[in-house]
Amino acid sequence: MAIKRKETTVIVGGGHAAGALMTALLQKKYQHDVILVGEEPHPPYQRPPLSKNYLAGEVDQASLYLKPRSMYENGGYQLRLGVRAEQIDRDNKIIGLSDQSTLKYDRLVLATGSHVRRLKVPGSDLQCIHYLHDIADTDALRDQLIPGKRLVIVGGGYIGLEVAASAIKKRVGVTVLEAADRLMQRVTGPEMSAFFYAKHNAAGVDVRLNAAVTGFEAGDQGRVAGVTLADGGKVQADIVLVSIGVIPETALAEASGLPCDDGIVVDEFTRTSDPEILAIGDCTRHRNLFFEKMQRLESVANAVDQARIAAATLMGEEKPYNSAPWFWSNQYDLRLQMVGLSQNHDQRVVRGCFEKEEFAVFYLREGQVIAVDAVNMPVAFMVGKQLVQHRKSVSAEALSDPHSELRNL
Amino acid sequence: MGEIIFIEHDNTKHVVELEPESTLMQIAVSNAVPGIDGDCGGECACGTCHMIVAEEWFNKTGAITDAEEQMLSMTPERTKTSRLGCQVKAKDAMDGMTVHLPEFQM
Repeated sequence: MAIKRKETTVIVGGGHAAGALMTALLQKKYQHDVILVGEEPHPPYQRPPLSKNYLAGEVDQASLYLKPRSMYENGGYQLRLGVRAEQIDRDNKIIGLSDQSTLKYDRLVLATGSHVRRLKVPGSDLQCIHYLHDIADTDALRDQLIPGKRLVIVGGGYIGLEVAASAIKKRVGVTVLEAADRLMQRVTGPEMSAFFYAKHNAAGVDVRLNAAVTGFEAGDQGRVAGVTLADGGKVQADIVLVSIGVIPETALAEASGLPCDDGIVVDEFTRTSDPEILAIGDCTRHRNLFFEKMQRLESVANAVDQARIAAATLMGEEKPYNSAPWFWSNQYDLRLQMVGLSQNHDQRVVRGCFEKEEFAVFYLREGQVIAVDAVNMPVAFMVGKQLVQHRKSVSAEALSDPHSELRNL
Repeated sequence: MGEIIFIEHDNTKHVVELEPESTLMQIAVSNAVPGIDGDCGGECACGTCHMIVAEEWFNKTGAITDAEEQMLSMTPERTKTSRLGCQVKAKDAMDGMTVHLPEFQM
């Protein structure tokens, strides 16, 4: 009887998706060799705490790791950290690495994640202008968050606002500059934006909307001293954080000729156009049966969901991606939990009370619940997960009626 | 060193080291115990670390917060001794505790 040759699966990228994939393969007792190539010196870790309790100094670095490195190695998997994959030779199934070595693969999984969008305006190369994407970035920013310093955050999305909440706790003066006319405009509705605006203001954050940044002014020794705005205004700054989103990391895939469209294009089994190459996480534009259109999502839930699908695909199981996306954010004492994508809703229903800081916004389209944002109301999130996943039709009256039991909807 | 015994829905048993001050979710995830996802990393935000504590050990697991109660209230396989693993800190008094894992996480 022929003995099946042991194959090598290489994972390029060392983020959450890569870690979740190795975990899923360990749990499924995947018998082939697995080698992870990661640019950062760390084993896969959780990024969400970076802007929250890690920045605030409440948790240590080791607690960010998805697992101790030894757990992967004890399972027979290899981690090659501090090395970057620089090219893929698909014809010969070889990857070229930044340390000049090469790796042969049978199956390849791209989990290359994303990189931060850079703000390109005059002065953007001054000292003390930060971005926040990894542990090193966060350590550098945290070192500068000294009481009395003035931090200006460019961008009022999740990351910017989470950093604002963490920094003000450290008695740093915080200004948030948002170019749009409301906070978190890309990801939530106007009620939520208004609520978070009021919350940050009350906490002492100077939030400015419609504030487009045109440049940075230099102070001593090449350090940033101020931010200039399109309306002619200026804001003084000792430290700047630019948090204006991320761009999927597709360079490696594109150079090897894999189809990309603002993300590496994959099907509902995480397969690229090359049958031996999968891609997962933030770097993908993917098919999810839950949606009609191809999606690109920047989220932990998508990273771990796709990792589990990829593990199934590698095991020869056919398990299509079919789940509603979900997200969370913590700011101050607020627990924001979200499910679904609210774009294209035609009706919003509020349940609960803004003043008590316990409420949820349900987003409907043609009577079906397509998304829910819940603040300090976990039950609405959990019910929402079911309503959204199954595209339930629920009347606005029932959703907003405080006497109706959510769990009976 | 103490130990925690996780039993999967199909009765597969995992005996792992009890690390005091870690949460039950972290202990399960660090040891790659299947059946526990812990996707949000322990923020009580996702509800994917549902565990069913053996009855005789339940009183060792501490109080349930309102947020955890709300999350648990919508968990289909909930029992009287259900907890979210990320909300239970391991302590030496839990040495030998048995924890059952549900068939599905949310």
